[in-house]
Amino acid sequence: MKRSLILFVALFVFMAASIGFAAPPTDPLGVVTIKPGEPIHIAYWFVTAGSDSTLGIDTKRGVEIAIDDIKNNLLGHKIKFDGQDSGCNAEGGQAAATKLASDPTIVAAVGSNCSSEAKPGAPILWNAGIATVSPSNTAPYLTDPKRGSTYDGYLRTAHNDKVQGAVAADFAFKSLKVKRAATIHDGSVYAEQLANVFTERFKKNGGTIVAQEAVAPTDTDMKPVLTKIVTAKPEFIYYPIFVAAAGHVTRQVKEVSGFEKVALMSADGAFSVDFYKAAGESAVGMYHSSPDFEAFGKVYEDFLQKHIKKYGEKTLAPFHAHAYDAANLIFNAIKKVAKKEKDGTLYIGRKALRDALYATKNMKGITGNINCNEYGDCADPRIAVYKTSAENVKTLVMPKKSFWKPY
Amino acid sequence: MPTKFQRWKESITATDIVMWSIGFVLLVLIIIGSILTLRAGRYTTVQWFDFVIYGLAQGSIYALVAMGYTLVYGVLRMINFAHSEVFMSGPFTAYYVAAYFYRSSLLESHPFICLIIVFIVSMTISTLIAFLLERIAYRPLRNAPRLIPLITAIGASFTLMYLFRGLYGTGFQAYPVWKVFTGKWALFKGLEIGKIQVFVIFAAALVMIALYLFIQRTRIGKAVRSVSEDKEAASLMGVDIDKTISITFIIGGAAAGAAGVLYALVFKQVFFMMGFIPGIKAFTAAVLGGIGNIPGAMLGGLLLGLLESIGPALFLDGYNIVAPYQLKDAIAFLVLVLVLIFRPTGLLGERLAVKKA
Repeated sequence: MKRSLILFVALFVFMAASIGFAAPPTDPLGVVTIKPGEPIHIAYWFVTAGSDSTLGIDTKRGVEIAIDDIKNNLLGHKIKFDGQDSGCNAEGGQAAATKLASDPTIVAAVGSNCSSEAKPGAPILWNAGIATVSPSNTAPYLTDPKRGSTYDGYLRTAHNDKVQGAVAADFAFKSLKVKRAATIHDGSVYAEQLANVFTERFKKNGGTIVAQEAVAPTDTDMKPVLTKIVTAKPEFIYYPIFVAAAGHVTRQVKEVSGFEKVALMSADGAFSVDFYKAAGESAVGMYHSSPDFEAFGKVYEDFLQKHIKKYGEKTLAPFHAHAYDAANLIFNAIKKVAKKEKDGTLYIGRKALRDALYATKNMKGITGNINCNEYGDCADPRIAVYKTSAENVKTLVMPKKSFWKPY
Repeated sequence: MPTKFQRWKESITATDIVMWSIGFVLLVLIIIGSILTLRAGRYTTVQWFDFVIYGLAQGSIYALVAMGYTLVYGVLRMINFAHSEVFMSGPFTAYYVAAYFYRSSLLESHPFICLIIVFIVSMTISTLIAFLLERIAYRPLRNAPRLIPLITAIGASFTLMYLFRGLYGTGFQAYPVWKVFTGKWALFKGLEIGKIQVFVIFAAALVMIALYLFIQRTRIGKAVRSVSEDKEAASLMGVDIDKTISITFIIGGAAAGAAGVLYALVFKQVFFMMGFIPGIKAFTAAVLGGIGNIPGAMLGGLLLGLLESIGPALFLDGYNIVAPYQLKDAIAFLVLVLVLIFRPTGLLGERLAVKKA
């Protein structure tokens, strides 16, 4: 309240100084004023350190390429893109969001990466009037009708795990023809909800869930819990957890007797080159559900070429394209709501920006047609299943062709 | 003249009774849970044996790290929170050596020579870090109030962590696989034991025995023990206190460096924050065994490893609790609480109590 008051006074002074100019717009949540020569500040909150950092780096690059594509020029202003490490856990998300919320120059945010970060973080940002678009949060809760008004400033270009979990369950039951599955989650919003969606769908298909276990994201010794699971005799283990823990599970499954024939599947949270590093050769032959890169089409090929040219390597994780789309979603909304003075000064109303983001319909993105619904789900979700080959692990390159598609 | 029993009776407070009843209830719950689990018969002998082996392998790594905490506590009466970074620095550095061996396929042709070199590199780095830590961060503050070195230790821990983050990057690295350690040896009656577990348990035991003999049988070891008994008296007897404390840090660092390689051989992933959790666990192990007591640290480490591995299955399965392995840390710490209720000085912590009396 106080800040908007100061802003208002500042605006008033500015107004008085520039009689003859059009009156600057007002906004219930405050207006960001960008003077000529000042950049438009867009912040990220991604996981940029630790075992899940590929996820953050990958999405950050997606946004950077989007900025390059508009030649770093939005309504005559440069874009300032910086941010905070969010650590892929609730505490990290909260800390990162708090830091961003204290910076009144931030117009909008991109993030977070992990759903656990967004759960406490998105309300903090929205409390400061900052709308955030996540390229990789997939937990259903974040766009659930029951999420509450504190999430009003939250949107995502990533798919909802209601889709991903169902695809995994259908793949296991229909394509692999397994009847007995076990799930492992790590207590994070993402993993737990994804495991639940999988369980529900797999049971509906007619399969049996023989074990539902959980570990901590920092656990290293998975052999005891795997020994417990082996007593339930599953044919299939679904563990939609993150890189470090998923790597430990994948390696240690091979060390527990009784798992010689079991099929392994994880999800997009552990679908990265770092996972191949973590799991080593034991990852060969396992499955991951992930956005279907083949469905992305021609624009995606151009994106990949720009990526290799700019960073000298291939993409590291599955959400770069979603980040690219998230950035464009924000750019388009800013273009729609920003009021421009003759001297180049921009006024961006925070509530107006949020409403413009939510009003996005039929935006052509790399990942498909971006249509935001009233709860902030904007994705055009197309999920495929990928199988890891020895070549992928050896060269640390993500698989190119999908293994199975539900459509 | 009151009898011993009468004096004991008078010294009991209400708090004691509450604590004992909490302890008793927990103990009963654990016993009932175990009986229920065993009667359900879900696990075969083979699986129980596996639990024990996994627990021992994990526990011997904890034990090695715990020795560093306990040794330092013995001589300085402070918790060296930066010890977890001593544990991280060795294997994280040695990774680059191991990766070189892997690329040059030396690992394939001479696995044991490579392993020894990796051990030497890791132990050297950890020792060096521990030595410098004492010299730079702790020695100038030796006579400061007790809280100050403790805060310094936390600061040193972060400094080292982010130093290595700066050196080797924020991402993690994965140790190559030593092919000689993959696979299992069949024992009798269908029991199998993983080669890597055997190696870890034996290597850790070897290091621990060597350190124990060093402390108990050599002149330097005697100096370390005398400093931990009474610093002033030791210095009056001609023991060089500074040197002895440095040696204590060096021994602890070497044990942590060895533990780090064993950890990396089992779990593969190394990164700048890898020391945090094992560090906390090893500290717990040291307290469990009685901090300041070397055999206690070993016992505490092994016990903690076993508890984490067997505990959730044995204590909680009988109650049909969903996903008991999520609670493995809770179980480990609950048992720590239990032990401290009945034996406030830890399992083998008598020596300390005697000294204070």
